[in-house]
Amino acid sequence: MSAPQNRINNPSRRNFIAATAVGAASLGAVALAPGLHLIEVSQASAPSAGASSKVRWGMLIDTTKCASGCDECVQACNTENGINETVQDARQGSQWIRKIDLKDPQSGRQHSLPMMCQHCEKPPCVDVCPTGASMKRADGIVLVDRHICIGCRYCMMACPYKARSFVHQPLTEQNPQVPRGMGCVESCTFCVQRVDRGLKPACVEACPEGAMTFGDLNDPNSDIARRLANEASTQVRADLKLGLGVRYQGI
Amino acid sequence: MHLEENSLFEENLFYLLAVIGSLITAVGLGAALYMEHSGHVVTGMNNQVVWGMPHVFAIFLVVAASGVLNVASIGSVFGKTLYKARAPLSGLLALAMLAAGLIIVMLDLGRADRMIVAMTHLNITSMFGWNTILYPGFFAIVGIYMWTLMDRKMNPYSKPAGLAAFIWRILLTTGTGSIFGFLVARQAYQSAMLAPMFIIMSFAWGLAVFMIVQKAMFSWNDKQLHPQIRARMKNLLGTFVAAVFYFVIVYHLTNLYFAKQTAFEHFILLSGGAFTVLFWGGYVLLGTLLPLLLLYAPAFSNRSGSVFAAASLVLVGAFSLLYVFIIGAQVFPLDIFPGMEVSSSFMDGKIDHYTPSLPEILLGFGGIGIAFTATAIGVRVLKFLPEDDIQKLENSGHMLD
Amino acid sequence: MKAVALALLLALTSVLALAGAPKPVIRIENPGQCIAPAAEMRKNHMEMLKHQRDRTLRQGIRGEAASLNECINCHAGKTSGTVTGQDGFCQQCHSYVAVKLDCWDCHQPKAGNQHAATGVKP
Repeated sequence: MSAPQNRINNPSRRNFIAATAVGAASLGAVALAPGLHLIEVSQASAPSAGASSKVRWGMLIDTTKCASGCDECVQACNTENGINETVQDARQGSQWIRKIDLKDPQSGRQHSLPMMCQHCEKPPCVDVCPTGASMKRADGIVLVDRHICIGCRYCMMACPYKARSFVHQPLTEQNPQVPRGMGCVESCTFCVQRVDRGLKPACVEACPEGAMTFGDLNDPNSDIARRLANEASTQVRADLKLGLGVRYQGI
Repeated sequence: MHLEENSLFEENLFYLLAVIGSLITAVGLGAALYMEHSGHVVTGMNNQVVWGMPHVFAIFLVVAASGVLNVASIGSVFGKTLYKARAPLSGLLALAMLAAGLIIVMLDLGRADRMIVAMTHLNITSMFGWNTILYPGFFAIVGIYMWTLMDRKMNPYSKPAGLAAFIWRILLTTGTGSIFGFLVARQAYQSAMLAPMFIIMSFAWGLAVFMIVQKAMFSWNDKQLHPQIRARMKNLLGTFVAAVFYFVIVYHLTNLYFAKQTAFEHFILLSGGAFTVLFWGGYVLLGTLLPLLLLYAPAFSNRSGSVFAAASLVLVGAFSLLYVFIIGAQVFPLDIFPGMEVSSSFMDGKIDHYTPSLPEILLGFGGIGIAFTATAIGVRVLKFLPEDDIQKLENSGHMLD
Repeated sequence: MKAVALALLLALTSVLALAGAPKPVIRIENPGQCIAPAAEMRKNHMEMLKHQRDRTLRQGIRGEAASLNECINCHAGKTSGTVTGQDGFCQQCHSYVAVKLDCWDCHQPKAGNQHAATGVKP
């Protein structure tokens, strides 16, 4: 392939590209060099830097604000990620996020919370995956690489939160930003396609009570880091010591 | 190479058996193709019970495959002459059953078309990943071992090859048991006991399979197994069956002792419906107590028919135990919030139900068909029939030790 | 006997060859300039996409030139709106060379990000 070589081996050409990036914006379709053609501005601008290990994405969920009958977060997730297929048996359908109602049998106290992939620091799904399709990005987001997922479902056996679903039937009409299809395992991605554009996950944005906070746990000035530093919070099944990215309050 | 001379009737019977085996295999492969095309929506498996009937068959075949090789190991590694005559058949069965088990697992994958990915991408922290090394290694080592057994020039190497195969098979079964033992999430698993338990299960199930096949082959050739040889093998089977029972008892007793596990034990042992019936009726009664009775009660003692029945019942018990172990454990809900009553749209806090669909069951039987056909053809074209030189065995004292 | 079997086999394979996919007609619905010359695209598009997909998924690098969503912007049929199907830009060649095309099992093969994802056939 000549295009990448041009970019890497020729410093003057690289500078030239950088210098013309602004100019290219107004031109639309433009040929920069033989073998390196750019059509649109969106492509012409340099690719993003990618996930950084300096960032650790996390979520804080205040269950005292979470109403039992409300599933706005689930609906928002389904819309954003295109999970609307009809399934005959609900147990065979995908649930990236679900509402769980809890009741303490001794005190009778009831509350409700959303449960999804907890984006573990040491994810069991990544440990057990035979091909390495289950993976964790540098910024802590746990994903399934469906390009190499063979659909063995071992990760589903290993996940203590039942956060993963297997696609049981052929799909069409996916969201262009969220590819998904039959025979692979999938789970909450923290809406990685939004996070990479600087947006919050769909569920966080949709929660009418503002019960969900999303942000960088490593940034001491972020809202989430400040709250975690000052308020009590718990990890679900903290005994497993998986280092969860999702924390709960009020459970 | 010396071919057995068969009558025309036997010749035809062989082809009939080969055709039946191939047909079962073909139906199984067809079922897999159907599942692959339609998706797992046509199975009884779901997001709670992610491994179903195909895995019960596959794990039985893989565990029994490593166990059946024991017969050869006892001969080569532990020097028991009696078992040496049985080593080639034991190797053949091991290869046929392991191949069958693996084919079932592969065909059940969501993306069976990506097998090449599983072979080219290896995650070393994955027990499944390790198994993708252990299984081909088993084929290679057992293949070489059989070569040393069946080629006279290679005979001197049979002892080291047999030792290597023995060590490898222990590793392999440890790997199979650890697929479950390394799972922290599910109540029934996460126990170091599973690896040794799988090894002892493989001893019992493998020997039972071997004795059934041996009986069939002897009948085919109008031969009688020497009663003393049968007595030795049936005593060994009885010991293994009792040992598995011991492990199962200890496993459930430790679980009963931990408060967090009592609900799960209550489910399996008392309130689990089909699982409870399979555990007590299928495994304990039919698969353990009855075989022990048939093997040891003086009334049945050492009759060819009762030993055969006992070995068959051990296999009934094996399937029952695996069904309870694999599916019962998944049907029971995950304990995400210990001590809380939970409910959700995703079976949280609820006991799931699982009904295997026809394609799943056919795929499982297809695996059995593969093992059967491979064995039948192998036995037909090469010399696998154990031939005992009784006089020599008696003279060397091997009938008594 | 052998000759008959051989003849049958030959006849069968030639029938199969005749029944194979028609030669693809390459039609670019929204002509513009591709990210690389046609010859290079034909030879290397799979490698480009493969490396891009790994960088995007595993490293979170977005906005690279090679991208399926950008492919379909130019190559989706004007009437069908997609690159799959009998006349689809991708499908035609892949059928002709008998290479399984499974990108679109998961990725949306229709151009334009406007439609609402429903997960099922409309």
